[in-house]
Amino acid sequence: MPRKNGPLKRRGFLEAALTAAASSSLVSCGRAGGGAYWRFFTAAEARTVDAICERIIPADDCPGASEAAAVNFIDLQLTRHYKKHRDAYRQGIAKVEEAARERGGKVFAELAPEQQLEVLAEIEEKHAGFFALIRAHTMQGYYGDPRHGGNREEVSWRMLGLPSPPVRGRVPYETKAG
Amino acid sequence: MALKHVNAVIVGSGAGGGVAAKELATAGLSVVLLERGKFHSPAGCRKDDLRNQRTSALGNGFGPGDERNPRVLVDETGKERIVLASEGGYSNNAACVGGGTFSYGAMAWRFMEKDFRMKSTYGAVEGSTLDDWPLTYDELEPYYEKAEWEMGVSGDDSANPFRAPRKRPLPMPPLPPNREYEVLHPAAKRLGLHPFDIPMLRNTAPYNGRGPCMRCRWCVGFACEVDARTGTHNTVIPAALATGNCELRTECIVREVLVDNRGRASGVVYFDAEDRRQEQTADLVIVSGGAVESARLLLNSKSRLFPNGLGNRHDWVGRNLQSHTYSGAVGLFNFDTYDDLGPGAQIAICDYNHGNPGLAGGAMLANEFIRLPYQFLDYAPAYVPPWGPAHKEWVRKAFRRTIVVIGPTQEMPIFEARVQADPKVKDYWGIPVARLSGGKHPHSIEIARFMAGKAEAWLKEAGAARTWRRQPSRGLSGGQHQAGTCRMGGDPKTSVVDKYCRVHDVDNLHVIDASVHVTNGGFNPVLTILAVAYHAAGHLAKTWKNTRGRV
Repeated sequence: MPRKNGPLKRRGFLEAALTAAASSSLVSCGRAGGGAYWRFFTAAEARTVDAICERIIPADDCPGASEAAAVNFIDLQLTRHYKKHRDAYRQGIAKVEEAARERGGKVFAELAPEQQLEVLAEIEEKHAGFFALIRAHTMQGYYGDPRHGGNREEVSWRMLGLPSPPVRGRVPYETKAG
Repeated sequence: MALKHVNAVIVGSGAGGGVAAKELATAGLSVVLLERGKFHSPAGCRKDDLRNQRTSALGNGFGPGDERNPRVLVDETGKERIVLASEGGYSNNAACVGGGTFSYGAMAWRFMEKDFRMKSTYGAVEGSTLDDWPLTYDELEPYYEKAEWEMGVSGDDSANPFRAPRKRPLPMPPLPPNREYEVLHPAAKRLGLHPFDIPMLRNTAPYNGRGPCMRCRWCVGFACEVDARTGTHNTVIPAALATGNCELRTECIVREVLVDNRGRASGVVYFDAEDRRQEQTADLVIVSGGAVESARLLLNSKSRLFPNGLGNRHDWVGRNLQSHTYSGAVGLFNFDTYDDLGPGAQIAICDYNHGNPGLAGGAMLANEFIRLPYQFLDYAPAYVPPWGPAHKEWVRKAFRRTIVVIGPTQEMPIFEARVQADPKVKDYWGIPVARLSGGKHPHSIEIARFMAGKAEAWLKEAGAARTWRRQPSRGLSGGQHQAGTCRMGGDPKTSVVDKYCRVHDVDNLHVIDASVHVTNGGFNPVLTILAVAYHAAGHLAKTWKNTRGRV
C-alpha cells in the first residue's frame, strides 16, 4: 500500500518551509502548506522543542529531527497518550528558555548550536526527568512510524535502508528443501 | 435474569485457559470461557511500532488499557507507586483472546528433566523457596507431545544433546537460516557448543488449516497477519467453540470466585462489556488469568470460610512471583549481519542450562527476535553518548551489523516476591488491584551474569569487533513469563494446588496457568503451560465422567 507522502521530496519540502514563514526554523511548517498551528504547544514552545529535538538528533548528510518533524510527533502525542506529560513539557521548556536567557539573552532556538548544547547539558544534569522524556520522545518521533506525526517522509527509515513501507512480509513460502 | 448454570467456568483465555476450554468442551462439559480483553482478528490489527506488546511507548497493542487497570508497585526500598498497564514494572501480559499467545514470539520449549527437580539437583538455596515439582518430566512428556502436535510446532532440536528425551519429532521443519544463524552456527561449533533450530509455535508449512510464516518484520509483539503463528486463539479455542459446548464471552472482568456454605466454589461474579454485574454459576471453576491476575482473583475472593482468600489458608497465594532474569550480550560486526527476516530468533544452545560450576542452574541462549528501529536503540552500548551526532551515527552504522544473544535465566524463587490485593487502590470496577513487591534472589543475578559472559564469548568467536553485555536488572521479575504465585505441590502447607492443578482445600477449584509453576525453567514457558494444562484438564475431564466434579 503506497503511503500518501510518496517518495521523498526534500526540495519541495524545503521550499514550502522557506516560504511558509519568515523564520529560519523549519518548525513553522509543522503542517506543511496548511500554515502553522499546534495542538498543544504555543508557537514559541514549538520552536524551542523543535530546536531541542534537532540537537538530540542533528542533521548531517541525513535529515535531523527537525526535518523529520519530531516536534509534530510530540505535539500530537501530548493530546493523546502523553497527556500526562503536559506539565513536564510546560515547565521543562520554561527551564530551557531560562537557561538560554542566561547565555546571551536570546531564545533557545536563536542560540548558536554550541550554546544550545551547553544549555542542554545543563538541563540534562539539573532536570534529568524532563531531559529523559524529551530525549525518548524525540527518538520516537524520529525513528517511529510516520503515522504518529513524526519521521516525516520516513527519513529515518531511509537512513537505515529499510524498504518502504516496512510493513508487509516478504520471502513467502520459501522452506527448506525436503 | 440469571445466567444459565454450566459445568465449568474458565477465567482467562490464554495458554492455560484456552487448552482447558478445549479439553473440557470436547469431553462434553458445558463451558463458559471469560476473557477480560477483546477478540482480535489477525488481519484487522494494525502494525504499530510504538504501540504493541513489545514496545508500549504509546500503549499496549492488545491490552490492558492504561485507564482502567492500575497496579501498585513497591520497589526494593519500600517506596510504592501506581503503575499503568503500558509502563515498566506493571508486569504486563496481553489482555485479549489468546492472552500472551496472540502476540508472543512463540518459542516452544520443553523444560529439561532437572528443571522439575531443582532442589534435588542443587540442594536448598538460602533465601529461596526452591523446590521440586510434584510432576516429573516423564509424566508431562506425553502432554508436551500433545501440545506440539495438536497446536503445531516447527523447529529441529535433534542436534541438541541436552534435550530431554522425546518420543516423537516435531511436526514441522524449521525455517531456513537467516544471516545471524549463519554467523552464529559455525562459531558455536568452533567453541564446542551444540547449536540447533529453535522450536516454535509457528507454521513453516501448511498445518491445521493455516499457512506458513511469511517471515515479515512484524512478529513478536504483533498480531500475525497471515495467522501462521500459533496461539490458543487460532487452535484450541476455535476447537472448543466448534463443539457447541463452549461459549466465549469477551470484555468480562471477574471480581471474585463464589463459594457455597460448604466451602466449594459455586461460580464467579463478573462485570460484562457493558459493566453490568453478572453471576455465572458452575460446577467447576478454573482460574487461568496469569500469575498476577490469578493470584489477585483468589486473594480477592474472601468469604466467611476463606477470610484470607481462596487457597490461601497457609499464605502461599501470590508468593514466589518469578519470571526470568534475562541477560546476554550485543556484538557489533564489521559486516552486515541483519537481514530483517522474521521472526529473527532462530538459533539456540542449551549447553549452559545446567552443570555450570557453582551455579544452581542456567539458561538457554538464543539470538534475539527481529527489531524495529525505535526498539533497536535499546541495544546501544554505554560508550555511545545517549544523544547527539555520535548516537545517530551509531544507530545508522550498527542497525544492520548487530547481533544480540540473550537467555532467560531460571530464577531462584523467593517468598517475598509477591502479589497481594492492594488495601487501598481499586480499579475502574472497584476491585482491589494487584500490589507487586519484592525483587530477585542474588543468585539469580549471579547466574545471569555468568550467562551474559557466555553470550559475549559466543559473539566474539563469531567475529564481533566489539561486544558489550546486557546485565540483569535487580527489580521484581514478572512480565510475560510471570509464574509461581499458586505453587503446585504435595504438601498443602507449602503449596496452593496439587499436581492436577486443583486447589488443596477447594476440590472443584483449579488454577491452570503458569501460576502453578514451582520453578520456571531456563526457557520461555509457554509449552510447559500448555502441557500442564493438557495434563490437568485431561485429568479433570476423565474424572468428571465418574464424579461430575465431586470427589
